[in-house]
Amino acid sequence: MTRVLIVDDHRLFRSGVRAELGDSIEVVGEAEDVESAVRAIAEHQPDVVLLDVHMPGGGGQEVLRRVLGSGSQVRFLALSVSDAAEDVIGVIRGGARGYVTKNISGKELTDAIRRVAEGDAVFSPRLAGFVLDAFASSEAPSIDPELDSLTQREREVLRLIARGYAYKEIAKELFISVKTVETHVSSVLRKLQLSNRHELSRWATARRLV
Amino acid sequence: MADQKTLAEPGGDAPYRRMTRPMEGRLLGGVAQGLATQLSLDPIVIRLMFVLLSVVVDGVGVVAYAVLWMITPKQPYEGQPPQRDWSQLAAFTAIGVALFAFGWLTGASKGGIGMLPFAVGGIGALILWQQADPERRKSWVSGASRTMRKNRVRTLLGVVLVVVGAAGFLVMQGELAQARPGLLFTAVVVGGLAVIAAPWLAGLWKELQLERRERIRQEERAEVAAMVHDSVLHTLTLIQRVAHDPREVTRLARSQERELRNWLYQPAQDADATIAAGVRRVAAEEEDAHGVPIEVVCVGDLAFDPGGRLAAMLKAARQAMVNAAKYSESPSISVYAEVEGEEVTIFVKDRGKGFDLDAVPADRMGIRESIIGRMERHGGTARMRTEPGEGTEVMLTMKVENE
Repeated sequence: MTRVLIVDDHRLFRSGVRAELGDSIEVVGEAEDVESAVRAIAEHQPDVVLLDVHMPGGGGQEVLRRVLGSGSQVRFLALSVSDAAEDVIGVIRGGARGYVTKNISGKELTDAIRRVAEGDAVFSPRLAGFVLDAFASSEAPSIDPELDSLTQREREVLRLIARGYAYKEIAKELFISVKTVETHVSSVLRKLQLSNRHELSRWATARRLV
Repeated sequence: MADQKTLAEPGGDAPYRRMTRPMEGRLLGGVAQGLATQLSLDPIVIRLMFVLLSVVVDGVGVVAYAVLWMITPKQPYEGQPPQRDWSQLAAFTAIGVALFAFGWLTGASKGGIGMLPFAVGGIGALILWQQADPERRKSWVSGASRTMRKNRVRTLLGVVLVVVGAAGFLVMQGELAQARPGLLFTAVVVGGLAVIAAPWLAGLWKELQLERRERIRQEERAEVAAMVHDSVLHTLTLIQRVAHDPREVTRLARSQERELRNWLYQPAQDADATIAAGVRRVAAEEEDAHGVPIEVVCVGDLAFDPGGRLAAMLKAARQAMVNAAKYSESPSISVYAEVEGEEVTIFVKDRGKGFDLDAVPADRMGIRESIIGRMERHGGTARMRTEPGEGTEVMLTMKVENE
C-alpha cells in the first residue's frame, strides 16, 4: 500500500484525485498551502507527495526547498495544469521525481505514483519534449560532459516517451526490459537535476510555450 | 485648544527650546550642531554655510561662529568629553581653503561685500537641498549620475563644445576679462534656479510616471475582462446547455482550455510562421472538429514554407490525425514533431483498434494518396505501423535544406 499526501490549493481537485486513485493507494492526508504541506509531510511521512506547482505562499518549489532542504527523503510527484517550461523545469530541478499534468487519467496517475514510490522517475510526453529540446541546444561548451549531455539510448527513450509510448511499449520497441527503461529515465532525471548548464534555466525562461 | 495642548505636550517641558552646544559629534565648539538641531537642518549644511561666509564675505562666518560660541551654553555632558572628528574638520578646512583659492584666482574675493549675493545664493541652495526629503535627494543623485554615466561621452563633448564656443566668442570680442564676474553670477543664478525648480520638476515627472503605469494596468485589466467574458463565460454557458452530451462538453472544455493556454503562455506569433506552430494549429482544428484530445509535443523548430515541402507534410499529418480521430476509436491522439538538423519528422500515434494494412482496399484515398503519395511526391517518406488491437502510428519524414 503506497501512502500518499495530496498538496493542492483547490479542494475540488483534491477530492477528485482522492476518488480516482486505485485501491493500491492510501491517501493519508491533504494540504492546501506551503505551510500546511510542510507540517503534514513531517507528521505523516508519506511515501509520495502529489505536489501542485502553483500555490499560495511560494508554490511547489518552496515546499520542495523546505522539505528536501531539511534532509527528508520523501519523494515528490509534481502535478500541474501549467505546461510552461519554466514551471516544469523549475520543480524538477527543485527535486521532484516526476511531472504530470492534471488531465492525466486515474489509472495513469496510479501508475505514476507507484513508479515514483519505487524510486523511479515519471516523465510526461511534454516534459520529455522539453528535455530533448533543452539538451539539444548545445552551443555553449559543456562543463561536465557526463552530466551535460544525453546518451544515444536516453535520447531514444525520451523520444519514444514524447511520441506517446508507455514504458512497456518502449521496452518492446527497443528490445530492453521495462526496468532498463526506468533506469534510463532516472538517469535523465539525475542529469536534469544536477547539470550545471545554466542554459537549462535560461532556456526554460526564454521558452514560454505550452 | 485641547488638541493643540495634546500636540504640544510630547515636545517637552519648555514651550521654546533653548539652543545648546552638544558635546557629542562636535567638530569645533558644537555651534554648528546646536544650530542645526534648532533649525532642524543637517549640520553639514550649517558648517558649509559658516565656511562660505568666512571665505567669501571677509570672515563674517568666523565672527558669527565666535559670537554664537560665546552666547550659547554648553549642553551638560557627563564624563570625559568625546574626541572631535578631526578628519571631518580637516575636510571642511580643505573646502574653505579651496573656496578661498578659487576666489583669489578668479579675483572674486576682492569684491568683499559685493560677493554677498554669491554667498546668499550658495546658502539658499544648500538649505533647499537639505529641505528636499532624503529619499528623493538620493534618487536625484543616483538618477543624475546614472544618466551621466550612460551618456558620459556625449555630455562631456557637449560641455566642452559650449565652453570652447563661449570662450572663443569672448576672446574674439576681446571681452573675456570683463565678462568674468558676470559669468560667475550667471552661473550662481542658474544653479540656484535649478535647485529651486528641481523638486517641483521631479514631482511632476513622478506623477506622470504613476499616471502612465495606472493607465497600462487599467488596459491590462480590461483585456483580461474581455477575455474572460468573450470566451470563458461563453463556453461555460454553452457547456450547461449541452450538459447531456459528454462528448460535446469535453470538446468545448478542451477548446476553451487551449485558447486560454495560448493566451497565457504563448508568445503572440503568426499562426503559420514555423512548422511547430503549424502542427499545433492543425491539431487544434482537428481536435475541435472531431472531439478527440490531441496532445502535441514539439522539439526544435523551423521557419515554415507555405506551398513547399513542409506544407505538403503538414497536410499529410492532418490526414493522419483525421484518420486517427475518425476511425481508431482511441480516447486520445499523440502528435510529436521534431526538427533535427535537416530532417523534419512528425509522428501521429493513437491507441485505438488499429487495422490490417494489407487488407486496406486500394481505393482508400486517405492513406495511400493523402499521406503516402503526397509525402513521396515531395521527396519525403511515410511509414505506417499498425496491427489490429495495437493502435496505429504514422511516421512522416521530410528532408529540408537548412540555410
